[in-house]
Amino acid sequence: MKPFTTLTGIAAPLPKANVDTDQIIPARFLKTIARTGLGRHLFANFRYREDGSENPDFVLNQEPYRRAEILIAFENFGCGSSREHAPWALLDFGIRCVIAPDFADIFHNNCFKNGILPVKLPREICAQLMEDAKLGANARITVDLECQVVVRPNGEEIPFEVDPFRRHCLLNGLDDIGQTLQHKAAIDSYEARQRAAQPWLFGP
Amino acid sequence: MAATGPRTLFDKIWAHHVVETLPDGTALLYIDRHLVHEVTSPQAFEGLRAAGRRVRRPDATIAVVDHNIATDESRRTGITDPESRLQVETLEKNVAEFGVPYIPLLDDRQGIVHVIGPELGLSLPGMTIVCGDSHTSTHGALGALAFGIGTSEVEHVLATQTLLQKPAKNMRVRVERTLALGCTAKDIVLAIIGKIGTAGGTGHVIEYAGEAIRALDMAGRMTVCNMSIEAGARAGMVAPDETTFAYVKGRPHAPKGEAWERALAYWRSLPSDPGAPFDKEVVLDAAAIAPMVTWGTSPEDVLPITGTVPDPAEAPDEARRAQLQRMLDYMGLTPGQKLTDLKVDVVFIGSCTNSRIEDIRAAAAIARGRKVAEGVRAMVVPGSGLVKKQAEAEGLDRILKEAGFEWREAGCSMCLGMNPDKLTPGQRCASTSNRNFEGRQGPGGRTHLLSPAMAAAAALAGHLADVRDWQPAAGSAA
Repeated sequence: MKPFTTLTGIAAPLPKANVDTDQIIPARFLKTIARTGLGRHLFANFRYREDGSENPDFVLNQEPYRRAEILIAFENFGCGSSREHAPWALLDFGIRCVIAPDFADIFHNNCFKNGILPVKLPREICAQLMEDAKLGANARITVDLECQVVVRPNGEEIPFEVDPFRRHCLLNGLDDIGQTLQHKAAIDSYEARQRAAQPWLFGP
Repeated sequence: MAATGPRTLFDKIWAHHVVETLPDGTALLYIDRHLVHEVTSPQAFEGLRAAGRRVRRPDATIAVVDHNIATDESRRTGITDPESRLQVETLEKNVAEFGVPYIPLLDDRQGIVHVIGPELGLSLPGMTIVCGDSHTSTHGALGALAFGIGTSEVEHVLATQTLLQKPAKNMRVRVERTLALGCTAKDIVLAIIGKIGTAGGTGHVIEYAGEAIRALDMAGRMTVCNMSIEAGARAGMVAPDETTFAYVKGRPHAPKGEAWERALAYWRSLPSDPGAPFDKEVVLDAAAIAPMVTWGTSPEDVLPITGTVPDPAEAPDEARRAQLQRMLDYMGLTPGQKLTDLKVDVVFIGSCTNSRIEDIRAAAAIARGRKVAEGVRAMVVPGSGLVKKQAEAEGLDRILKEAGFEWREAGCSMCLGMNPDKLTPGQRCASTSNRNFEGRQGPGGRTHLLSPAMAAAAALAGHLADVRDWQPAAGSAA
């Protein structure tokens, strides 16, 4: 996983609540066996018209937001299906940070596994950042995970909270499985105890 | 979570599965059962292969295909869509390479992963159960801690049989008194989501309790737990009781003999202790719940069938007004329209929410001796091959087919628009599934969520209908 330290980039405003993972990537694009190449299907039902052409009204089809690295939205972002294709599609498009008042649990988890930083900030601040983002290419927003601040184009710093363990993993690009396997002895002994106490949980 | 003193069902199952607690409070949580399907697993197996890792406990893992397969006869001659075929073949290659037990497409036991887990006794009380699918919350009906995970976590469980997790908060939803005629588990859960909203359970595990929940059969409890995720909850649970034990006993993978007695003794210790603290509590009166139907594009946008389409002009603020207007435009609705006046093009009875034998019986009871309205496509998709066989043994397929319903093969079907069963733009569907999101059942499709009996009534009427006006015809004993 690519570490996330500091990101300065163009932010795209998506002033919607309850952006579900079916919107982020519709199910018909989940028939893939790869993690990559999903960026072109990101928000497909909004980005493309029925004939397949681009919908110029959708923010990610407009300059400079085609190059957005940050997405700003409203409450309950990423609700619905557990599909990790949602963060994969965001990442493949180039988005490495989503800012919203809150996130659905599974999507929130999935972001951290893919080097995407979800930042929770109050609705008023998200609305303000959206206004900043509307200024376009000259209005770059910085997200600094080390210092835990979002920096507005005018230089104002907005602090945010993040789980320390997840922050550590993201800053260092750590692979969860490798870390967990360091606890192999504990897993082995838990399993041995359980096999004796609750043998019905173990197959032949 | 309480460290000492009375504990909740969730606290007990959680504590029992903590392998180790990391310094910051993150727990390494042991997983007893891992359900795997074709859509969210290929990249996980690929990750294992790339790192030279194996599946730690194939015996705790089971794989099945359900999401992207056809539900008609064409499945018998091979999968025609090349991408779907590749995904299914990839799963078959992976389960063979990693030694994971697998239920093939043409096996009678094949079906929706959340239907077959309980049905085969693979999901048991007290277990931790995960699957790369948000509706894994379904299995909580057995008194298990069951939740959906992403593909990275699927890989993590395959490799380590554990997950890194922070404990959730406890929430209790009590549904007191008894349901009125025509109301079901689906109406309960839609009423709950209408009350608490789609983020009402975020960060929490919901325990459903109260007289109306206790009175539900296991299928009904599964319907309620299934849609916990639509309330934003990590998981939903119902304390195991005699209804649970009677359901589990004798299932193919359930413990037997002495192991059964030991398991039973353990399961009886799981219900929340009296006085166990909940971070949040909500109470509903079951007797006040009417048959429910969603009108918008979020499951919280739900009303009794006697209601009318809301008017954006009455919204409390500009943001909500714009949101309502967008929903009305998408759904093709005008303010003040009676819900019972909405004509339907398609009726879908199926999905991990409502495709069990009890659901099919409920639909058949309403359909018996009647006909699907002209111009309506009505389909019934059993949740598993075993549900299908059971329904056929009871003659339910005949009742439904005579009424004009399609009787199909098991799978996720029209719940999610990734297999051949899809809505076309503008089509209005009465659906027993779980999500009415924009485009969920196909781009431009318009979904109204409701119970199986309500869906059957809509098929017969040709428009959304109050099932209380469509009770079983006199003399029918279905």
